[in-house]
Amino acid sequence: MATPSITVAETPLVLYALRRADDALILGHRLSEWCGHAPMMEEDMALANIGLDLIGQARELYSYAAKAEGKANDEDSFAYLRDVRQYRNLLLVEQPNGDFARTIVRQFFYSAFVDAYWRAMMSSTDAMLAAIAAKSEKESAYHLRHSAEWVIRLGDGTNESHRRAQMAVDDLWAFTGELFYADDADAALLADGTAIDPESIRAGWTSMVTDVLATATLAQPKSDWMQKGGRVGSHSEHLGHLLSELQSLQRSFPGATW
Amino acid sequence: MTTPNIQLWEVFIRSRNGLAHKHVGSLHAADATLAMQAARDIYTRRGEGLSVWIVPSNAIVASDPADKDMMFEPAMSKIYRHPTFYDVPDEVGHM
Repeated sequence: MATPSITVAETPLVLYALRRADDALILGHRLSEWCGHAPMMEEDMALANIGLDLIGQARELYSYAAKAEGKANDEDSFAYLRDVRQYRNLLLVEQPNGDFARTIVRQFFYSAFVDAYWRAMMSSTDAMLAAIAAKSEKESAYHLRHSAEWVIRLGDGTNESHRRAQMAVDDLWAFTGELFYADDADAALLADGTAIDPESIRAGWTSMVTDVLATATLAQPKSDWMQKGGRVGSHSEHLGHLLSELQSLQRSFPGATW
Repeated sequence: MTTPNIQLWEVFIRSRNGLAHKHVGSLHAADATLAMQAARDIYTRRGEGLSVWIVPSNAIVASDPADKDMMFEPAMSKIYRHPTFYDVPDEVGHM
Protein backbone atom coordinates (compact mmCIF):
# COMPACT_ATOMS: atom_id res chain seq x y z
CA MET A 1 0.00 0.00 0.00
CA ALA A 2 1.42 3.27 -1.10
CA THR A 3 -0.06 5.81 1.27
CA PRO A 4 1.03 5.76 4.91
CA SER A 5 -1.51 5.79 7.70
CA ILE A 6 -2.42 8.98 9.52
CA THR A 7 -1.78 9.57 13.18
CA VAL A 8 -4.76 10.48 15.33
CA ALA A 9 -4.69 12.53 18.53
CA GLU A 10 -7.23 10.44 20.41
CA THR A 11 -8.60 12.77 23.04
CA PRO A 12 -11.51 11.18 24.91
CA LEU A 13 -14.08 12.93 22.70
CA VAL A 14 -12.27 12.05 19.46
CA LEU A 15 -11.95 8.44 20.56
CA TYR A 16 -15.59 8.32 21.61
CA ALA A 17 -16.79 9.57 18.23
CA LEU A 18 -14.37 7.31 16.32
CA ARG A 19 -15.52 4.21 18.18
CA ARG A 20 -19.14 4.81 17.17
CA ALA A 21 -18.20 5.91 13.67
CA ASP A 22 -16.10 2.78 13.13
CA ASP A 23 -19.01 0.56 14.25
CA ALA A 24 -21.26 2.19 11.69
CA LEU A 25 -18.72 2.19 8.85
CA ILE A 26 -17.61 -1.41 9.29
CA LEU A 27 -21.12 -2.80 9.66
CA GLY A 28 -22.28 -0.64 6.75
CA HIS A 29 -19.44 -2.01 4.64
CA ARG A 30 -20.29 -5.57 5.62
CA LEU A 31 -23.89 -5.02 4.50
CA SER A 32 -22.70 -3.50 1.23
CA GLU A 33 -20.98 -6.83 0.51
CA TRP A 34 -24.47 -8.32 0.13
CA CYS A 35 -25.30 -6.02 -2.76
CA GLY A 36 -26.32 -8.29 -5.63
CA HIS A 37 -25.99 -11.44 -3.48
CA ALA A 38 -28.94 -11.39 -1.08
CA PRO A 39 -31.39 -14.31 -1.07
CA MET A 40 -34.02 -12.21 -2.84
CA MET A 41 -34.17 -8.86 -4.55
CA GLU A 42 -36.34 -7.33 -1.81
CA GLU A 43 -33.76 -8.20 0.84
CA ASP A 44 -30.93 -7.02 -1.38
CA MET A 45 -32.52 -3.58 -1.27
CA ALA A 46 -33.24 -3.77 2.45
CA LEU A 47 -29.65 -4.66 3.38
CA ALA A 48 -28.24 -2.00 1.07
CA ASN A 49 -30.58 0.59 2.58
CA ILE A 50 -29.48 -0.30 6.10
CA GLY A 51 -25.85 -0.20 4.98
CA LEU A 52 -26.33 3.26 3.52
CA ASP A 53 -27.98 4.49 6.72
CA LEU A 54 -24.98 3.27 8.70
CA ILE A 55 -22.41 4.79 6.35
CA GLY A 56 -24.29 8.08 6.62
CA GLN A 57 -24.06 7.89 10.41
CA ALA A 58 -20.36 7.09 10.12
CA ARG A 59 -19.76 10.20 8.00
CA GLU A 60 -21.39 12.48 10.54
CA LEU A 61 -19.46 10.95 13.41
CA TYR A 62 -16.15 11.09 11.52
CA SER A 63 -16.75 14.72 10.63
CA TYR A 64 -17.42 15.47 14.26
CA ALA A 65 -14.30 13.56 15.33
CA ALA A 66 -12.28 15.60 12.83
CA LYS A 67 -13.68 18.83 14.21
CA ALA A 68 -13.03 17.73 17.80
CA GLU A 69 -9.48 16.73 16.92
CA GLY A 70 -8.80 19.99 15.07
CA LYS A 71 -5.94 18.59 12.97
CA ALA A 72 -5.64 17.94 9.26
CA ASN A 73 -7.67 14.71 9.39
CA ASP A 74 -11.12 14.55 7.85
CA GLU A 75 -13.82 11.91 7.42
CA ASP A 76 -12.08 10.38 4.42
CA SER A 77 -8.70 10.06 6.06
CA PHE A 78 -10.27 8.46 9.14
CA ALA A 79 -11.97 5.88 6.94
CA TYR A 80 -9.29 5.27 4.34
CA LEU A 81 -6.00 5.97 6.02
CA ARG A 82 -6.06 4.21 9.37
CA ASP A 83 -4.59 0.77 9.85
CA VAL A 84 -6.35 -2.17 11.53
CA ARG A 85 -4.91 -1.38 14.94
CA GLN A 86 -6.23 2.18 14.72
CA TYR A 87 -9.81 1.03 14.16
CA ARG A 88 -11.98 1.16 17.28
CA ASN A 89 -15.10 -0.75 16.24
CA LEU A 90 -16.75 -3.64 18.07
CA LEU A 91 -15.59 -7.13 17.15
CA LEU A 92 -19.24 -8.00 16.48
CA VAL A 93 -19.62 -5.72 13.46
CA GLU A 94 -16.47 -6.92 11.67
CA GLN A 95 -17.50 -10.59 11.78
CA PRO A 96 -18.00 -11.97 8.26
CA ASN A 97 -21.47 -12.02 6.75
CA GLY A 98 -21.64 -15.81 6.60
CA ASP A 99 -25.10 -16.86 5.50
CA PHE A 100 -28.19 -14.66 5.62
CA ALA A 101 -29.07 -15.87 9.14
CA ARG A 102 -25.69 -14.83 10.49
CA THR A 103 -25.95 -11.39 8.92
CA ILE A 104 -29.43 -10.95 10.38
CA VAL A 105 -28.50 -12.12 13.87
CA ARG A 106 -25.43 -9.86 13.88
CA GLN A 107 -27.63 -6.95 12.82
CA PHE A 108 -30.21 -7.76 15.48
CA PHE A 109 -27.67 -7.93 18.32
CA TYR A 110 -26.18 -4.61 17.23
CA SER A 111 -29.45 -2.81 16.46
CA ALA A 112 -31.07 -3.89 19.74
CA PHE A 113 -28.22 -2.13 21.50
CA VAL A 114 -27.68 0.88 19.31
CA ASP A 115 -31.33 1.84 18.97
CA ALA A 116 -31.61 2.19 22.75
CA TYR A 117 -28.20 3.86 22.76
CA TRP A 118 -29.18 6.57 20.27
CA ARG A 119 -32.45 7.16 22.09
CA ALA A 120 -30.54 7.75 25.30
CA MET A 121 -27.94 9.91 23.53
CA MET A 122 -30.62 12.31 22.33
CA SER A 123 -30.26 13.90 25.76
CA SER A 124 -26.45 14.15 25.56
CA THR A 125 -25.11 17.50 26.74
CA ASP A 126 -23.05 17.56 23.55
CA ALA A 127 -25.35 19.27 21.04
CA MET A 128 -23.77 17.65 17.98
CA LEU A 129 -23.91 14.12 19.40
CA ALA A 130 -27.49 14.73 20.49
CA ALA A 131 -28.39 15.83 16.95
CA ILE A 132 -26.67 12.83 15.37
CA ALA A 133 -28.51 10.62 17.86
CA ALA A 134 -31.90 12.09 16.96
CA LYS A 135 -31.32 11.38 13.28
CA SER A 136 -29.78 7.96 13.78
CA GLU A 137 -32.47 6.72 16.16
CA LYS A 138 -35.14 6.81 13.46
CA GLU A 139 -32.90 4.71 11.24
CA SER A 140 -31.85 2.23 13.91
CA ALA A 141 -35.48 1.75 15.01
CA TYR A 142 -36.20 0.39 11.55
CA HIS A 143 -33.02 -1.71 11.47
CA LEU A 144 -34.10 -3.28 14.75
CA ARG A 145 -37.63 -3.96 13.57
CA HIS A 146 -36.45 -5.46 10.29
CA SER A 147 -33.77 -7.70 11.80
CA ALA A 148 -36.00 -8.82 14.70
CA GLU A 149 -38.80 -9.84 12.32
CA TRP A 150 -36.31 -11.87 10.31
CA VAL A 151 -34.78 -13.51 13.39
CA ILE A 152 -38.29 -14.66 14.33
CA ARG A 153 -39.01 -16.01 10.86
CA LEU A 154 -35.69 -17.77 10.47
CA GLY A 155 -35.77 -19.27 13.96
CA ASP A 156 -39.41 -20.31 13.71
CA GLY A 157 -39.20 -21.21 10.01
CA THR A 158 -37.91 -24.46 8.54
CA ASN A 159 -35.56 -26.92 10.23
CA GLU A 160 -32.75 -25.62 8.06
CA SER A 161 -33.38 -21.93 8.80
CA HIS A 162 -33.70 -22.73 12.52
CA ARG A 163 -30.41 -24.64 12.49
CA ARG A 164 -28.58 -21.81 10.76
CA ALA A 165 -30.09 -19.10 12.97
CA GLN A 166 -29.23 -21.02 16.13
CA MET A 167 -25.67 -21.52 14.93
CA ALA A 168 -25.37 -17.78 14.27
CA VAL A 169 -26.72 -16.94 17.74
CA ASP A 170 -24.30 -19.37 19.38
CA ASP A 171 -21.29 -18.18 17.38
CA LEU A 172 -21.92 -14.45 17.77
CA TRP A 173 -23.00 -14.49 21.41
CA ALA A 174 -19.46 -14.04 22.73
CA PHE A 175 -19.20 -10.71 20.88
CA THR A 176 -22.26 -9.14 22.53
CA GLY A 177 -20.57 -8.31 25.85
CA GLU A 178 -18.41 -5.69 24.15
CA LEU A 179 -21.52 -3.67 23.29
CA PHE A 180 -21.44 -2.47 26.91
CA TYR A 181 -17.73 -1.71 26.96
CA ALA A 182 -16.54 1.52 28.57
CA ASP A 183 -13.09 2.43 29.83
CA ASP A 184 -11.13 5.21 31.49
CA ALA A 185 -11.29 7.36 28.37
CA ASP A 186 -15.07 7.51 28.80
CA ALA A 187 -15.03 8.55 32.44
CA ALA A 188 -14.87 12.32 31.90
CA LEU A 189 -17.49 12.15 29.14
CA LEU A 190 -19.81 10.19 31.40
CA ALA A 191 -19.29 12.71 34.18
CA ASP A 192 -20.24 15.77 32.12
CA GLY A 193 -23.17 14.09 30.36
CA THR A 194 -21.59 13.91 26.89
CA ALA A 195 -21.83 10.13 26.96
CA ILE A 196 -24.29 7.77 28.55
CA ASP A 197 -23.41 4.75 30.65
CA PRO A 198 -23.83 1.69 28.40
CA GLU A 199 -24.73 -0.34 31.49
CA SER A 200 -27.98 1.61 31.63
CA ILE A 201 -28.95 -0.12 28.36
CA ARG A 202 -28.07 -3.67 29.37
CA ALA A 203 -31.40 -4.61 30.98
CA GLY A 204 -33.40 -3.35 28.00
CA TRP A 205 -31.09 -5.10 25.54
CA THR A 206 -31.28 -8.37 27.43
CA SER A 207 -35.05 -8.34 27.66
CA MET A 208 -35.40 -7.46 23.96
CA VAL A 209 -33.04 -10.26 22.94
CA THR A 210 -34.67 -12.76 25.31
CA ASP A 211 -38.15 -11.95 23.97
CA VAL A 212 -37.19 -12.16 20.30
CA LEU A 213 -35.15 -15.35 20.67
CA ALA A 214 -38.02 -16.97 22.61
CA THR A 215 -40.54 -15.99 19.93
CA ALA A 216 -38.11 -17.33 17.35
CA THR A 217 -37.86 -20.63 19.29
CA LEU A 218 -34.10 -20.07 19.50
CA ALA A 219 -32.13 -20.97 22.62
CA GLN A 220 -30.35 -18.09 24.32
CA PRO A 221 -26.74 -19.11 25.06
CA LYS A 222 -25.94 -19.54 28.74
CA SER A 223 -22.28 -18.66 28.40
CA ASP A 224 -21.18 -15.35 29.90
CA TRP A 225 -17.62 -15.59 28.54
CA MET A 226 -17.25 -12.53 26.36
CA GLN A 227 -14.62 -11.57 23.80
CA LYS A 228 -13.41 -7.99 23.64
CA GLY A 229 -10.59 -5.92 22.21
CA GLY A 230 -12.06 -4.05 19.26
CA ARG A 231 -12.47 -0.81 21.21
CA VAL A 232 -8.70 -0.66 21.78
CA GLY A 233 -7.66 -1.89 18.35
CA SER A 234 -7.19 -5.63 18.98
CA HIS A 235 -9.27 -7.05 16.17
CA SER A 236 -10.09 -10.43 14.73
CA GLU A 237 -8.27 -11.42 11.54
CA HIS A 238 -11.34 -10.44 9.50
CA LEU A 239 -10.99 -6.68 9.81
CA GLY A 240 -7.68 -6.51 7.97
CA HIS A 241 -9.18 -8.22 4.93
CA LEU A 242 -12.17 -5.91 5.03
CA LEU A 243 -9.99 -2.80 5.23
CA SER A 244 -7.70 -3.93 2.42
CA GLU A 245 -10.74 -3.89 0.17
CA LEU A 246 -12.30 -0.74 1.62
CA GLN A 247 -9.04 1.22 1.45
CA SER A 248 -7.31 -0.17 -1.64
CA LEU A 249 -8.28 2.65 -3.98
CA GLN A 250 -7.27 5.52 -1.71
CA ARG A 251 -4.09 3.75 -0.63
CA SER A 252 -3.05 3.12 -4.25
CA PHE A 253 -4.27 6.41 -5.74
CA PRO A 254 -4.17 8.97 -2.92
CA GLY A 255 -6.86 11.60 -3.21
CA ALA A 256 -8.55 9.91 -6.15
CA THR A 257 -12.03 11.29 -6.87
CA TRP A 258 -14.65 10.67 -9.51
CA MET B 1 -32.59 -17.40 -7.53
CA THR B 2 -36.15 -18.68 -7.70
CA THR B 3 -38.56 -18.09 -4.85
CA PRO B 4 -41.43 -20.42 -5.72
CA ASN B 5 -43.18 -20.37 -2.34
CA ILE B 6 -43.19 -16.66 -1.75
CA GLN B 7 -46.37 -14.68 -2.17
CA LEU B 8 -46.57 -11.77 -4.61
CA TRP B 9 -47.95 -8.42 -3.37
CA GLU B 10 -49.04 -5.26 -5.13
CA VAL B 11 -47.88 -1.97 -3.65
CA PHE B 12 -49.82 1.29 -3.61
CA ILE B 13 -48.35 4.54 -2.38
CA ARG B 14 -49.97 7.84 -1.50
CA SER B 15 -47.42 10.54 -2.15
CA ARG B 16 -49.25 13.48 -0.58
CA ASN B 17 -52.27 14.24 1.54
CA GLY B 18 -55.36 14.53 -0.60
CA LEU B 19 -54.10 12.29 -3.37
CA ALA B 20 -55.19 8.72 -3.92
CA HIS B 21 -52.96 5.70 -3.41
CA LYS B 22 -51.37 4.82 -6.69
CA HIS B 23 -50.05 1.49 -7.87
CA VAL B 24 -46.26 1.58 -8.01
CA GLY B 25 -45.27 -2.05 -8.49
CA SER B 26 -45.09 -5.44 -6.89
CA LEU B 27 -42.79 -7.46 -4.68
CA HIS B 28 -42.31 -10.87 -3.09
CA ALA B 29 -42.68 -11.39 0.65
CA ALA B 30 -43.60 -14.29 2.90
CA ASP B 31 -46.22 -12.38 4.90
CA ALA B 32 -47.84 -8.98 5.33
CA THR B 33 -45.29 -7.68 7.85
CA LEU B 34 -42.32 -8.41 5.64
CA ALA B 35 -44.22 -7.15 2.60
CA MET B 36 -44.73 -3.81 4.31
CA GLN B 37 -41.03 -3.59 5.15
CA ALA B 38 -40.02 -4.55 1.62
CA ALA B 39 -42.42 -1.96 0.19
CA ARG B 40 -40.84 0.67 2.39
CA ASP B 41 -37.34 -0.37 1.33
CA ILE B 42 -38.01 -0.67 -2.39
CA TYR B 43 -40.58 1.99 -3.15
CA THR B 44 -40.15 4.80 -0.61
CA ARG B 45 -36.39 5.22 -0.44
CA ARG B 46 -36.46 8.52 -2.31
CA GLY B 47 -39.17 10.05 -0.18
CA GLU B 48 -42.01 8.99 -2.46
CA GLY B 49 -44.68 8.37 0.10
CA LEU B 50 -46.67 9.17 3.20
CA SER B 51 -48.75 6.01 3.22
CA VAL B 52 -48.40 2.50 1.82
CA TRP B 53 -51.03 -0.09 0.98
CA ILE B 54 -50.12 -3.63 0.12
CA VAL B 55 -52.52 -6.15 -1.36
CA PRO B 56 -51.96 -9.84 -2.13
CA SER B 57 -51.71 -9.98 -5.91
CA ASN B 58 -54.09 -12.93 -6.04
CA ALA B 59 -56.78 -10.80 -4.37
CA ILE B 60 -56.95 -8.59 -7.44
CA VAL B 61 -59.59 -9.41 -10.03
CA ALA B 62 -58.23 -8.36 -13.39
CA SER B 63 -59.92 -7.89 -16.75
CA ASP B 64 -59.01 -10.42 -19.41
CA PRO B 65 -56.94 -8.91 -22.25
CA ALA B 66 -58.94 -11.11 -24.66
CA ASP B 67 -62.09 -9.19 -23.66
CA LYS B 68 -60.50 -5.90 -24.62
CA ASP B 69 -62.85 -5.20 -27.52
CA MET B 70 -66.01 -5.98 -25.61
CA MET B 71 -64.87 -4.11 -22.51
CA PHE B 72 -63.44 -0.93 -23.95
CA GLU B 73 -64.23 -0.55 -27.62
CA PRO B 74 -67.85 0.64 -27.17
CA ALA B 75 -66.69 3.70 -25.21
CA MET B 76 -64.40 4.89 -27.99
CA SER B 77 -67.18 6.18 -30.24
CA LYS B 78 -69.04 8.10 -27.54
CA ILE B 79 -67.23 11.36 -27.43
CA TYR B 80 -70.30 13.08 -25.95
CA ARG B 81 -69.39 11.44 -22.65
CA HIS B 82 -66.40 13.75 -22.38
CA PRO B 83 -67.36 17.01 -20.69
CA THR B 84 -65.75 19.06 -23.44
CA PHE B 85 -68.93 20.53 -24.87
CA TYR B 86 -69.48 22.98 -22.04
CA ASP B 87 -68.17 26.52 -21.78
CA VAL B 88 -66.55 26.93 -18.41
CA PRO B 89 -66.73 30.51 -17.07
CA ASP B 90 -63.32 32.02 -16.43
CA GLU B 91 -64.28 32.63 -12.80
CA VAL B 92 -64.36 28.89 -12.16
CA GLY B 93 -60.66 28.61 -12.85
CA HIS B 94 -58.90 25.29 -13.26
CA MET B 95 -61.21 22.29 -13.08
